Amino acid sequence: MSWGVRDLTVRFGGHPALAGVSLDAPDGRVTGVVGGDGAGKTTLLRCLVGAIRPDEGEVRRPDARRVGYLSSTSGTYPDLTVEENLDFAATTYGVPPAEARRRMAEHLERTGLAQARGRLAGDLSGGMRQKLGVIRAMVHRPALLVLDEPTTGVDPVSRADLWWLVAHAAAEGAAVVLATAYLDEAERASWLVALDDGHVLAEGSPDQIASGLSGTIRTASERPDGEMAGRSWRRGARWRVWTPPGAEDVVPDGDVVDPDLNDAVTVAALIRELELSNERGGVS
Amino acid sequence: MTALAETSSVTRRFGHLLAVDRVDLQVVGGEVVGLLGANGAGKTTLIRLLLGLLPASEGHVRLFGLTPSRETRRRLGYVSQGLGLYDDLTPEENLAFAHAAFGGDRGTLPAGLRPLAGVPVGRLSLGVQRRVAFAQALAHRPDLLVLDEPTSGVDPLARARLWETIRGAADAGAGVLVTTHHMDEAEECDRLVVMADGRVVAEGSVAEIVGDARVVVVRTDEWQLAFESLEAAGLAAALVGRTLRVPSASVGAVERALGGLTARLEEANATLEERFLELTLGRTGAGEAA
Repeated sequence: MSWGVRDLTVRFGGHPALAGVSLDAPDGRVTGVVGGDGAGKTTLLRCLVGAIRPDEGEVRRPDARRVGYLSSTSGTYPDLTVEENLDFAATTYGVPPAEARRRMAEHLERTGLAQARGRLAGDLSGGMRQKLGVIRAMVHRPALLVLDEPTTGVDPVSRADLWWLVAHAAAEGAAVVLATAYLDEAERASWLVALDDGHVLAEGSPDQIASGLSGTIRTASERPDGEMAGRSWRRGARWRVWTPPGAEDVVPDGDVVDPDLNDAVTVAALIRELELSNERGGVS
Repeated sequence: MTALAETSSVTRRFGHLLAVDRVDLQVVGGEVVGLLGANGAGKTTLIRLLLGLLPASEGHVRLFGLTPSRETRRRLGYVSQGLGLYDDLTPEENLAFAHAAFGGDRGTLPAGLRPLAGVPVGRLSLGVQRRVAFAQALAHRPDLLVLDEPTSGVDPLARARLWETIRGAADAGAGVLVTTHHMDEAEECDRLVVMADGRVVAEGSVAEIVGDARVVVVRTDEWQLAFESLEAAGLAAALVGRTLRVPSASVGAVERALGGLTARLEEANATLEERFLELTLGRTGAGEAA
């Protein structure tokens, strides 16, 4: 099966939070949704799990009992222990007790939470609480697992545990949809939708997005002048300058680089920024 | 060149816990140094020692050649993860407050922020708040900039813009120390220092830190089966797209773990994150067990 959304539009007080966004989430695949704060990631995920009804567009999701969801704000009860949180979720979803205990033991053990079974969720560190939230969201072996920024603010060690849970859920056959603000993390998804201000900036596999960039990117030791300044950005100690197709008569001196995902998404955002600025009559 | 910030064999204990263990760290003008470490590795304690918020148990901390004090604080710019802005003050008022506290140039808001100068910070988006925090930290032209996860939650273009500001400060001669959990942010730095269990376990450029660390890459149509077979054999595989990456393992061991499964195996250079995990997990008591 493939779940997902098609041509989704959501308006909050007249402002479009999502404008014609589509996303496919087939079984056994990790689909990434990447964007900054306010890009529309949470709205998209909340539509997908049925927490928001879109103004336009279509949502395909399994029965609510086969959806697992970790919201960006909470996923656990702070005044219940780790074990009580998981028992409660298992009971709610009607997971047979033996099956629930087996899954719980495996997931807690593998993510370093076994020693914390008796601790209150509210007393856990951020990383441990996020791990508990993901384990809880997948306690009933959902067909669709939706995780809203599970790794934000989490250190790399806990992040590796969280990604193990994500891979494990996908290996079990779940369609996993994961939101993140970080491209190096999004790069681990098989398929990616990059959002900016409710619009799709780019979509495809990370390789497709990187190789689909039109024009060329060169490095420069200084920010170039004139028109090229608006098409340049800082990366490490050097600058990068994007030259659109057909504008090759003026290029910076530096070497052409093989674009990566970061370059491609940055250029897509630049193009959108330039278009918006032209629409407003050139005032940025 | 004399270091703007320097610790020599600095140690800090909390009771029996050794939070920072004989750390030597230097930040000179014009460079951006990234500080990496899992939670509990000692990063925050080291930063607090550097800022003069915490005395050392042993060893020395020097800021601009002096013992950290209120005086040295004036030459520092600091952006904490929580940004450290007053929500009920406007960006303009926040800047005025920082000026009153730390002296130096009054500083002005960047042009892009001026239309919002009169709006209380609490009503601005997180991305804008972040730019205000940067403007405030830079207003008094600090010689040393300390940034805790500077671009958390920011989209790639906005991140590039923030890095333009950070790099601009370094180009003008400031030293910059950045702590981060994110490797794409780490890769923006000139030099990295990796901490684990209170100690510096690696330092240098990304290439120097990764060194010759390798992983085994597994490509197969049945990655789910491969993932479970590797797991059963005690080999932790990371899923990237539809390929599996197995750190700290030989091709032979991976082949045995996969049994008869049809798969293409090859060795590849480890990423910074993979090498970081190897450095961190290779030590006892790492991570968040505490």
